[in-house]
Amino acid sequence: MIETENLTRKFGELTAVEDLTLKVDDGEVFGFLGPNAAGKTTTIRMLCCLIAKTSGTARIGDLSVDSPQDCLEIRKMVGLLPENVGLYDSLSAIKNLDFYGKLYEVPPQKREDNIKHLLSLLGIWERRNDLVGTFSKGTKQKIAIARALIHDPKLLFLDEPTANLDPEASKTVRDFILELKREKRTIFINTHNLDEAERLCDRIGILKTRLLTIGAPGSLARGLQARKTVVHLQQANDHALAAVQKLGAVKNARIVDNKLLLDVDDPERDNPEIVRTLVAAGANVQFVTELRSTLEDVYLKMIRENDAK
Amino acid sequence: MRFWKAWIVTTKDFSVFRKNKYIFYSILAMPLMFGLILPIAMLFILPPDIPAEAVTLILSVLNMYFAIMASVLPTVIASYSFVGEKVEKSLEPLLATPTTDGELLFGKSLAAFLPCMLATYIGAAAYVVVADAWSYMTLGVFLLPNLNWIIIVGLVAPLACILSVEANVIVSSRVSDVRAAQQLGSLIVLPIILILLLGSTIELMPADTLALILSGAMAIAVVALFFVSKATFQREEILTKWK
Repeated sequence: MIETENLTRKFGELTAVEDLTLKVDDGEVFGFLGPNAAGKTTTIRMLCCLIAKTSGTARIGDLSVDSPQDCLEIRKMVGLLPENVGLYDSLSAIKNLDFYGKLYEVPPQKREDNIKHLLSLLGIWERRNDLVGTFSKGTKQKIAIARALIHDPKLLFLDEPTANLDPEASKTVRDFILELKREKRTIFINTHNLDEAERLCDRIGILKTRLLTIGAPGSLARGLQARKTVVHLQQANDHALAAVQKLGAVKNARIVDNKLLLDVDDPERDNPEIVRTLVAAGANVQFVTELRSTLEDVYLKMIRENDAK
Repeated sequence: MRFWKAWIVTTKDFSVFRKNKYIFYSILAMPLMFGLILPIAMLFILPPDIPAEAVTLILSVLNMYFAIMASVLPTVIASYSFVGEKVEKSLEPLLATPTTDGELLFGKSLAAFLPCMLATYIGAAAYVVVADAWSYMTLGVFLLPNLNWIIIVGLVAPLACILSVEANVIVSSRVSDVRAAQQLGSLIVLPIILILLLGSTIELMPADTLALILSGAMAIAVVALFFVSKATFQREEILTKWK
């Protein structure tokens, strides 16, 4: 659905996005993680044909962002939720959506049906005739999402969809995105929120001008460091430590708070042998867990390494 | 250019303007002032034996007020039309729609132009009624509409209005609040007003000739500013350079 190659955007001397090569498949939920000014919004703007690229290529389906004619088609097939909701406060929810429905060339009856469906789904149909200026930030965000979906787009760009929302509103928006994911829409999310990215995205890219890494949330975390097995013992001692250190599968072992912390390549394969060895050495094993890196660890490591360069 | 697309933008702006009391009262006040209060105040105090040349001069000055009105009103409306979108941060979703820059610019310009011209024509019509009431009672003839009125209301006023709208598009790209846009917009239309006022008061040539020359000059300025405002109203410019 989205394909970029060496996509670059410069503003004068400043490079906002550099050599971005990326492929997002149909029906995939892809998340861009990165600090402020990492180039996330610039990337979305280039992909939505809002600003031009400096070099490289970018395609949405079969359409190129270079061609003005293709750009009109791209804008028809994508929905955009910008960082600022940008609704007309002096118009009602229904008038806001109707206006955008017309601009997206949705036929009148379908427009009416879509507005009713979306506002009902988001729980604001009863307030459809209220002025947007009277709504809370969370409700405005919901209307902005409805606006992005008014023309039933195949591809949805969400720029910080839950930024500045309270936990309840964030959850509503997240649940709605999950609903869209179930409908197999292709969704491209920019976010600072690591937890949100992990919950919603099939794959995540960490961007800081350049794409630092890309992968499924779980594989990114696993790729960060060797997997660790934590063995909780009734009494951790040097005798138990020495016993596991003799095992070839254990790369490193130490005692932390009455627990044995072991670096192993493949816990599924190696843990049974570790437990047997410990029991044979007279240790009382209480339980065995795995210590995993989080997406936060990956994110911080990537950003720090990039800054250090 | 798909005019129906531009019209969607225009009608949306009308809905926004209707909710704005400041715009509503400004549009109401101007025709009232130039169409009724000013002509009544100026004409009904004149002595009955006033020379015909003096009457012609006064009427040509009053006629010119409608060109001035047409250039002042867009500073109120266009600032809301363009800077208002910036303030509400609604330009990005608007630009993300399958609408061309030209359609958006035309739609928004039309939204500023039409109410201003409507107000101007209502004022000009009211002025004709007042002036003719006075002239019939005093001189026994109807003096308006004369050729000068037709040239100014039909040609100079719309051109002044377009010029002002274009100037406001350019101003909107450089300011980030409505009041600043109005102040700067007023400054930009000041030369237009001065030329119109001087032209109507200094007797360099017959008023009709002057009005035609002004129209020609304005038409050239309209074309020149069109290219500048079009270059200003580009997606890329709006999202990366508009303050």
